[in-house]
Amino acid sequence: MALTRDQIATRVAQEFKDGDYVNLGIGIPTLAANFVPDGISVMLQSENGLLGMGPNPTEEQVDADMINAGKETVTAVTGASIFSSAESFAMIRGGHVDITVLGAFEVDVNGNIASWMIPNKLIKGMGGAMDLVAGAKNIIVTMTHADKHGNSKLLAECTLPLTGVNCITKIITDLAVLEVKNKAYYLLERAPGVTVEEIKEKTAGELVVPDNVPEMQF
Amino acid sequence: MAGFDKVVTSYADAMAGLNDNMTIIAGGFGLCGIPEGLIAQIKTMGTSGLTIVSNNCGVDDFGLGILLEDKQVKKMVSSYVGENALFEQQLLNGELEVELTPQGTLAEKMRAGGAGIPAFYTATGYGTPVGEGKEVKEFNGRPYILEESITGDFAIVKAWKADRYGNCIYRHTAQNFNPMAATAGKITVVEAEEIVEPGELDPAHIHTPGIYVDRVILGTFEKRIERRVLAK
Repeated sequence: MALTRDQIATRVAQEFKDGDYVNLGIGIPTLAANFVPDGISVMLQSENGLLGMGPNPTEEQVDADMINAGKETVTAVTGASIFSSAESFAMIRGGHVDITVLGAFEVDVNGNIASWMIPNKLIKGMGGAMDLVAGAKNIIVTMTHADKHGNSKLLAECTLPLTGVNCITKIITDLAVLEVKNKAYYLLERAPGVTVEEIKEKTAGELVVPDNVPEMQF
Repeated sequence: MAGFDKVVTSYADAMAGLNDNMTIIAGGFGLCGIPEGLIAQIKTMGTSGLTIVSNNCGVDDFGLGILLEDKQVKKMVSSYVGENALFEQQLLNGELEVELTPQGTLAEKMRAGGAGIPAFYTATGYGTPVGEGKEVKEFNGRPYILEESITGDFAIVKAWKADRYGNCIYRHTAQNFNPMAATAGKITVVEAEEIVEPGELDPAHIHTPGIYVDRVILGTFEKRIERRVLAK
């Protein structure tokens, strides 16, 4: 069975190591904050200038001066710091953020990602995504393996305008966990009950399949 | 005004000298940390043909969005826009130009502009539409693009506390782009929630030193929240 959004987020959170500074994009990536494994502490970075983002506030805690990069009201955890946008992107661009998780429209075997612009549709902008993919040490893409028409999003070469080149290392989809290297997708894990055949069918770029592909563990 | 005292008492004085076709650098992220009264003054003045450098362009009836109502804005330099219908309409009509700039590059363009650095290399945007037509140079085997910095005729900034000399402290994430904007204006105007006497702010806790600031005005703020999300 293909994973639910919460299951994808749970699998993403398994990638976190104790003491990681993590930036989570909007959508499924943000959900990963709810599934951090026991015994692991991570500090969430919000690119508008907050390191140590906490949960959304209670009615009493709401403060117009405390928002995240999605412009939602948030809180800060104990030990947080707050700084300017230039400082925020210095830590992003400078490679100080350990893991960035973000969604995408397409990825390809060169580690390229397209996530911000569909030609002839209204373009709202890239926000901080281009800086994040240029700077983070470890970039994980979460998305459904194929679009709603069944077309693969894991391509040999992206067709949409790019967000960044040669930057994606790992992809976690509703069907599989894959690593991107040597101009191919290396299948690491499959979702419980999903066959290697189905993953092959829905992966347009070259797929390298080892003899044994374990199921994801939850 | 005498000596280092930069306090002005009217919005007309705060924005005096703003003319058509000027470039304004504005602090703020979404509706958070925006100089509400200075934006309202620009609307009152009716200045047009403006280029505005700001991460976003407000919403339909609040923030920089109100400057769209009378078509005062010629061009926006921003990382994320289109939270407002009027913006979308003027963009599609060709009445408004947008230069989409990655958020970190935008912050650095302001910072560098204020710091006397005319351009810088960054990996952000290489190989994407943002990098098209820009100089590429390799450092340690990695390609970077050359981005030019930005300065403005005016910078408009929102502070929490400012002293009469223009030293500023920002509150929480209302800091965002404000410190860089403050450095990048030929004339930098700060609208503060509170103005205190010199000496009342701890010198080691100042975010923006007064040297960058030309005018300070006491404002009142609605502080509208764009996305009020509560704990479940």
